[in-house]
Amino acid sequence: MISDYLAEFFGNKILGYLISAALPLFLWILPYALYAVYAERKVSAFMQDRIGPNRVGPKGLLQTIADILKLIQKEDIVPASADKPLFVTAPYVIFAGTFAAFAALPFSSVYIGSNIDLGVFYIMAVSSFSVIGILMAGWAGNNKYSLYGAMRSVAQIVSYEVPALLAIVTAVMVIGTLNLNEISQMQTSRFWNWWILGGPVEGIQKFLYIIPMIIAFIIFFIASLAEVNRTPFDIPEAESELVAGFHTEYTGMKFAMFFLAEYGNMFVVSAISVSIFFGGWQSPFGYLGNSLGINWLIPIEQVFWFLFKGSLLVLVQMWLRWTLPRLRVDQLMSLCWKYLTPYAFINLVIVGIITLIK
Amino acid sequence: MKEYLRNTWLGIYTVLVGMKVTLSHLFKPKVTIQYPDVRIQLPERARNRLYVNIDDCIGCDQCSRACPVDCIEIETVKAVPGENLGITSNGKRKALWVTKFDIDIAKCCYCGLCVYPCPTECIWMTDVYEFSEYRREDLIYHFSNLSPEEALQKKLNYKKFEEEKARQKAAQATTANPNPKQDSGNEN
Amino acid sequence: MAELKTDQIVLNMGPQHPSTHGVLRLEVVLDGEVVVDVKPHIGYLHRCFEKHAEAMTYPQVIPYTDRMDYLASMYMNFGYVEAVERLMNIEVPERVKYIRVIMGELQRIASHLVAVGTFGIDIGAFTPFLYCFRDRERILDLFEMTCGARLLYNYMWIGGLSHDLPPQFIPKLKSFLKDFRKSLKELNDLLSYNKIFIDRTANIGVLPADTAINYGCTGPVLRGSGVNWDLRKNDPYSIYDRFDFEVCVGKGEMGTVGDCWDRYMVRVREMEQSCRIIEQAIEQIPDGDVTSAIPKRVKPPVGEIYFRVESPKGELGYHIVSDGSLNPFRVKVRAPSFVNLQILPIISRGHLVADIIANLGSLDIVLGEIDR
Repeated sequence: MISDYLAEFFGNKILGYLISAALPLFLWILPYALYAVYAERKVSAFMQDRIGPNRVGPKGLLQTIADILKLIQKEDIVPASADKPLFVTAPYVIFAGTFAAFAALPFSSVYIGSNIDLGVFYIMAVSSFSVIGILMAGWAGNNKYSLYGAMRSVAQIVSYEVPALLAIVTAVMVIGTLNLNEISQMQTSRFWNWWILGGPVEGIQKFLYIIPMIIAFIIFFIASLAEVNRTPFDIPEAESELVAGFHTEYTGMKFAMFFLAEYGNMFVVSAISVSIFFGGWQSPFGYLGNSLGINWLIPIEQVFWFLFKGSLLVLVQMWLRWTLPRLRVDQLMSLCWKYLTPYAFINLVIVGIITLIK
Repeated sequence: MKEYLRNTWLGIYTVLVGMKVTLSHLFKPKVTIQYPDVRIQLPERARNRLYVNIDDCIGCDQCSRACPVDCIEIETVKAVPGENLGITSNGKRKALWVTKFDIDIAKCCYCGLCVYPCPTECIWMTDVYEFSEYRREDLIYHFSNLSPEEALQKKLNYKKFEEEKARQKAAQATTANPNPKQDSGNEN
Repeated sequence: MAELKTDQIVLNMGPQHPSTHGVLRLEVVLDGEVVVDVKPHIGYLHRCFEKHAEAMTYPQVIPYTDRMDYLASMYMNFGYVEAVERLMNIEVPERVKYIRVIMGELQRIASHLVAVGTFGIDIGAFTPFLYCFRDRERILDLFEMTCGARLLYNYMWIGGLSHDLPPQFIPKLKSFLKDFRKSLKELNDLLSYNKIFIDRTANIGVLPADTAINYGCTGPVLRGSGVNWDLRKNDPYSIYDRFDFEVCVGKGEMGTVGDCWDRYMVRVREMEQSCRIIEQAIEQIPDGDVTSAIPKRVKPPVGEIYFRVESPKGELGYHIVSDGSLNPFRVKVRAPSFVNLQILPIISRGHLVADIIANLGSLDIVLGEIDR
């Protein structure tokens, strides 16, 4: 494991582990966030029959960097009547919640920030951390409407945790372990062994599992869209609604942190779905390294597959954003409690029964 | 219960149909152009900036009267007989010096009503649409080709001519009628 | 325990707001999240059209009529020009009548495309807006080819038209109509029958038929409430009685009759019917000279006339009083959006704040027309 390798290299276990946990931040999150914004603008443009940014840099690739430079040099305004400590720390709390989840994601068979046995549980718990950050942001703005927006957003995130967790519990019931690294390892060789298609289970049970697992994935995907505040659940960020949302009072770099946190969150939920349902870092059909006989190529390929599948799901989230209109707040809540939660429960019961029949 | 299941089915189905539509557009050709580098050719009837061919203008003031927003200002001076101003391209003889022909293109509403009454077709709308200026005074277009001194000269010429004519008329009246008071008394 | 007293707050959706279509100020009185009253404040775009008309000659008023409802200028021209022609008893050539109908119906399609696209954006769907505008660009290209302008045309003159159709107009129009039907189907797939859109607009802003008639609403707002009233069929003007088309009426397919979805769907279906009218007009159009009946000086006899047409927003009326001189004595415009706006408080009461936006979008108002 890379964390052990780094611990050996530095001679100090803590330093080694610290560096191995910080690696995703610099090697992946920052470039990913930059290019996710660019990809969103380009994808939305292509879907709308237009071109999108193409002036800054070749094909517009440096557009986000230009935007970040612009945001950095903006005046950092803190409203006079705002609660200053809360106001300043809120974006960082949200980002911390997102970033902490990266520690338990299995990027490849040799690299995982922290190989805890409670991987899934830890990630779901830590991604709820952003709720506190949103409440802080809404309250500290000292603005009636940003408080409304923050409370709506909190209600949305907290409610959609329930179907998301039920779907995960359904999957875990089939899998049997909460350790993300083991979950990825169990889905070996062909894509036929991926959990969404029943997993590496023998016999008739595998076919019985396919439909409940697909339903569990769909419920988890919809619930995670709501967790990330993406359309059709983006009431907190909507510009044409009356209430402007919890990040109205923010300018400059703090505003950029909110967006970094949003795109980071999008990747985290995609990565969880990929690890649990779509095979994690396993390739759908054998490894190039195996056929060529180069052993050190295999972990690199695995990282590539993991990031590729995660990005594909992020692209699907962007695709949904530009297709669907927005749900109203009460419809959002009714969707969660009246539709997703009962379906998730029934799914859980069915999977439980199938698991018992052996 | 049936309503509930129907709602679920419709929700999933219509979302998928919508996604198919946007996906198909991902691969269609783009309809936008890169504007400053590429410009679309405007059709021949395009109504943009006005242009006046001052050599053809006979100073009839029709365009100024047709304008709904009064953006054309014309001042003319009658020509002294004997001065040859030339003829326009469709054969009309010019009899007026156009000393001022100003169009305030910032006021113009681009309706094209000034184009039709012109007897010599000397005012028309071109297809130029990129004519922004830094100062508002630059947006008043001066089409007259007489410099201020020449314009003043023409005015003085005409004034002199008028005075000459008036004097001649007065002189003629006295020679034809040496005793105007008696005549008018007799006719009474 | 004593009952908690709730207070009503007044929220101001100011003149500049992404969702009010133009400069409209809405004062919303809220009780929690529920709307108690909405008071629209207009007048931010008042440009004294009626006063100007008294100082201009009759042909000079036409560019001013363009600028009232700038999204449907052809119809503004149409109403005024037909009114003056009736006052002066001018009979225009047949070709002029057919071209006016073609241009009017194309303008109806363009205006409804804007209404549908911006309604989608208010609800949160960003993509249909761009598809609608792409189709509208083709219509504007057709207009530019004919009269030179893209938005404010000054095309219909008293007694005729300013230009005849160029030779490439009809082939381009035919290809546009063919592609437009496919675009309409795409729009229906993407937006109209989308479950989320239906949830946002069905049963919202229900306008009962008798309320609509009492307040004088016309156009898609009235037809969305189930009343079968279209001036092109009930009080035909120009040559609309020669064409075969349906009047689209809201039937409450997705909810109650007269909700936002019905009004929206009436507009989408009207675009389809306009395509039918245009196709029939292209078949029947005769040859002729479009400028032969234009008088040298427009000097109507003393009298007055009130003439109404079915503009894309509703019943557009012109009341022209002439005192025999070159300038009209009085031109009064009955703007459809002005009358339609007064039902906004009625349909918003009891709903949530987010629904005001949906209601306003479904009424399809243009501030240029309201304020003149």
